[in-house]
Amino acid sequence: MTENLTGSARTILESNLLGATCARVCPVQELCEGACVLGKDHKPIMIGRLQRYAMDHLHGDIARMLRIAPSTGKKVAIIGAGAAGLSCAGELAKAGHSVTLFERRPMPGGLSTYGIIALREPVDVALAEVEMIRQLGVQIETGIQVGRDIAFNELQARFDAVFLSAGLGATPSLNIPGQEYVLDGLDYIERSKIDRQSLSIGRQVAVIGAGNTAIDCATVAARLGAERVTIIYRRTQTEMTAYPHEYEFIRKEGVDFRFLTQPVRILHDGANVIGIECLRMSLSEPDETLRPRPRPIAGSEFTIAADQVVKAIGQQKPSLIALLALDSVRGYVKVNSEFETSLAGVYAGGDCIRSSGSASTVMAVQDGKLAARAIHQRLMAREERS
Amino acid sequence: MADLSTTFAGIRSPNPFWLASAPPANSGAQIEKAFEAGWGGVVWKTIGAPVLNVSNRYGAWHYGGRKMLAINNVELISDRPLETNLREIAEVKRRWPDRAVIVSAMVESTPEAWTTIVRQIEDTGADGIELNYGCPHGMSERGMGAAVGQVPEYCAQITEWVKRAACIPIIVKLTPNITNIVEPARAAVSAGADALSLINTLNSIVGVDLNTLEIVPSIAGLGGHGGYAGPAVKPIALNMVSALGTDEVVARSGLPISGMGGISDWRDAAEFLLLGATSLQVCTAVMHYGYRIIEDLCDGLSNWMDSKGFTTVAEMRGKSLPRISEFKNFDLSFRAVARIDPVQCIRCNLCYVACNDTAHQCIDLIAPDGRAVEPYSYDVRSNGKHEAIATRPQPVVREEDCVGCRLCYNVCPVDGCIGMVELPPTQKPVTWDELTRTRPEVTEDWQAMEAYRKDLGIEIH
Repeated sequence: MTENLTGSARTILESNLLGATCARVCPVQELCEGACVLGKDHKPIMIGRLQRYAMDHLHGDIARMLRIAPSTGKKVAIIGAGAAGLSCAGELAKAGHSVTLFERRPMPGGLSTYGIIALREPVDVALAEVEMIRQLGVQIETGIQVGRDIAFNELQARFDAVFLSAGLGATPSLNIPGQEYVLDGLDYIERSKIDRQSLSIGRQVAVIGAGNTAIDCATVAARLGAERVTIIYRRTQTEMTAYPHEYEFIRKEGVDFRFLTQPVRILHDGANVIGIECLRMSLSEPDETLRPRPRPIAGSEFTIAADQVVKAIGQQKPSLIALLALDSVRGYVKVNSEFETSLAGVYAGGDCIRSSGSASTVMAVQDGKLAARAIHQRLMAREERS
Repeated sequence: MADLSTTFAGIRSPNPFWLASAPPANSGAQIEKAFEAGWGGVVWKTIGAPVLNVSNRYGAWHYGGRKMLAINNVELISDRPLETNLREIAEVKRRWPDRAVIVSAMVESTPEAWTTIVRQIEDTGADGIELNYGCPHGMSERGMGAAVGQVPEYCAQITEWVKRAACIPIIVKLTPNITNIVEPARAAVSAGADALSLINTLNSIVGVDLNTLEIVPSIAGLGGHGGYAGPAVKPIALNMVSALGTDEVVARSGLPISGMGGISDWRDAAEFLLLGATSLQVCTAVMHYGYRIIEDLCDGLSNWMDSKGFTTVAEMRGKSLPRISEFKNFDLSFRAVARIDPVQCIRCNLCYVACNDTAHQCIDLIAPDGRAVEPYSYDVRSNGKHEAIATRPQPVVREEDCVGCRLCYNVCPVDGCIGMVELPPTQKPVTWDELTRTRPEVTEDWQAMEAYRKDLGIEIH
């Protein structure tokens, strides 16, 4: 440790413009710290925390720390100001391109701003990172939805390349009676960060789903005053997508798990939720995700008491596919090894292309970086030819 | 349990561990505490000429997350009134007759001053006197301490004055701030000293404050060299102690040596004893952890002696001195190569980097498919720990090229992962000294050397 924090921060930024967020939200146990050679017989080096320490040291204008190439005169549009979009925008701006980032929501930052609980990622950290991308010369236009406020073919006409990083859709419907009484998990987290006053926390909160968003929802409920929080999942601990360290964390928060449990009806008195009727499940042959398929056990109905139900069962597939008639893989945007979609000059990255495996912020950042490299090469090759 | 009792120039102590002449041995009250804790003896903090001290006396060198790998100081000899020290010395010796009570002294370089201090000390009933010829700061500017120790003739002169006046044993304490420690030691021997002690502290500047640009520690904006001590100086002290043990004149004199310099635990103590020390003095470790370390010093040393079959300290004294030799006597046919245990290896690549950047380029990185690869040759698109771990290459030594330099062994963070393996020699044993005598041309002429190597099949790339 030489205490050269400015140098450390620059090294991190050269590989990862969203190093501050990644240091906070990434599952380092599965990534860098999991791969640390010291992990074999010691505790790994705390790479995540060291990265955070270095990035927290960074103040003011970062543009002076990073080399920005002279202007190329090329213009790139980016749709969606989440991790992939910000990363791609920043890398392209460093390469000298003129980048405009279109964001549907009032604030940029995507899930970092809205969808990851403040315990892990405070809003100001997410927005400070956005500000840093702005300092690199990126134009950010918020409140603009492609297909509503601006036509896609207009973007194609005005820009030399387009990068799609629109993420995924809303939480799907549970399709059970009483589902109108169920709160959306992402909305639950968003209110906890942006509009705390509008969020009332139940006394007995049930969270449906066992991914990392479900853990976040349970954390919000537990930390903001719920007396009892229960996570309901139709498979078992082995199949859930929440990371082992998140599971350990949430157990320490006092949250209960009901595995092999499927909600079939939300019970209510016409105004308030009073419980969830559930069925017990058993596991059978693997499904298309290669996880054992849960099957209901007939006659096993039982009730879990709850006055607030939150669903965190993943997000709907990206809607851009239908809008732009893109090729897809299992409902996600299909890209080649250069992150180019079936439309020439239109690239994509982030959650909208993550058709298999787990998704994380650092993967989205990496997509944006590699796509920026591909876009840059394409634009400059065209330049040489002309 | 091994017997730790020690007799040093006729002075007895229940164990060989004495507090060195330093702040831990500054007053009667402190030494009472130390003796209660179990210390075998004390060399009272130097008494003598009148002094005034300054604030911010101690600097320290912290390294690798460990505090106080070394300490440096500009504290002078005792600043307590001489009469108080003399009275407390007498009281302590009366209350602790079985402990060694030695008094360090330093006065101006006149026979009158030395005669007076010797008589004052003898009146206390102390067991011996240590002549402080070592203090490198402050006192040396006034012609005392290291200013004496650095000139063998002064050492001899003052030792003679003292010996003429003294009835109790006289220990001469040597300064390491000299090119050859043997010279002042021989001077002390020739002047009739009863024993030697070493090392005193080394000249040092412990650091510069990068905010203020001042020297550390800063005394109202100024700083200067101070005496350096602690674990960092141990290898220097071991070398100097062994240099006396292997010197013909000093060894023949039979003078006992009180060894010190960075002794922190019983293992350090055993090393000093094996290189010829009879008693041991400790300061920095006590300043760091307190008097209680004496328990583990004694217990650890005693347990180790039991495991080695030594029943008394005298039996082990100097046992490693015959192992000290010179390069010219080393066997040039001895072959050792590094071998990396792939099961223990964590694939950190430190050995690879050390060997290839700075040593003899004989470690390869072997990928899981058997190819030798460059470092960091992984696919940047790879993601997650499983892929990183599965594709990580294994460092492997090319034994035919390994010169046995032992750098990889030293940098490897996993104990026991890299071993230096002895291989059968490919030539008959020979030393440089023998070569010089039997084949002088080989040692003087490059062409003859190359022909010699060719004959023996020695290839150096």
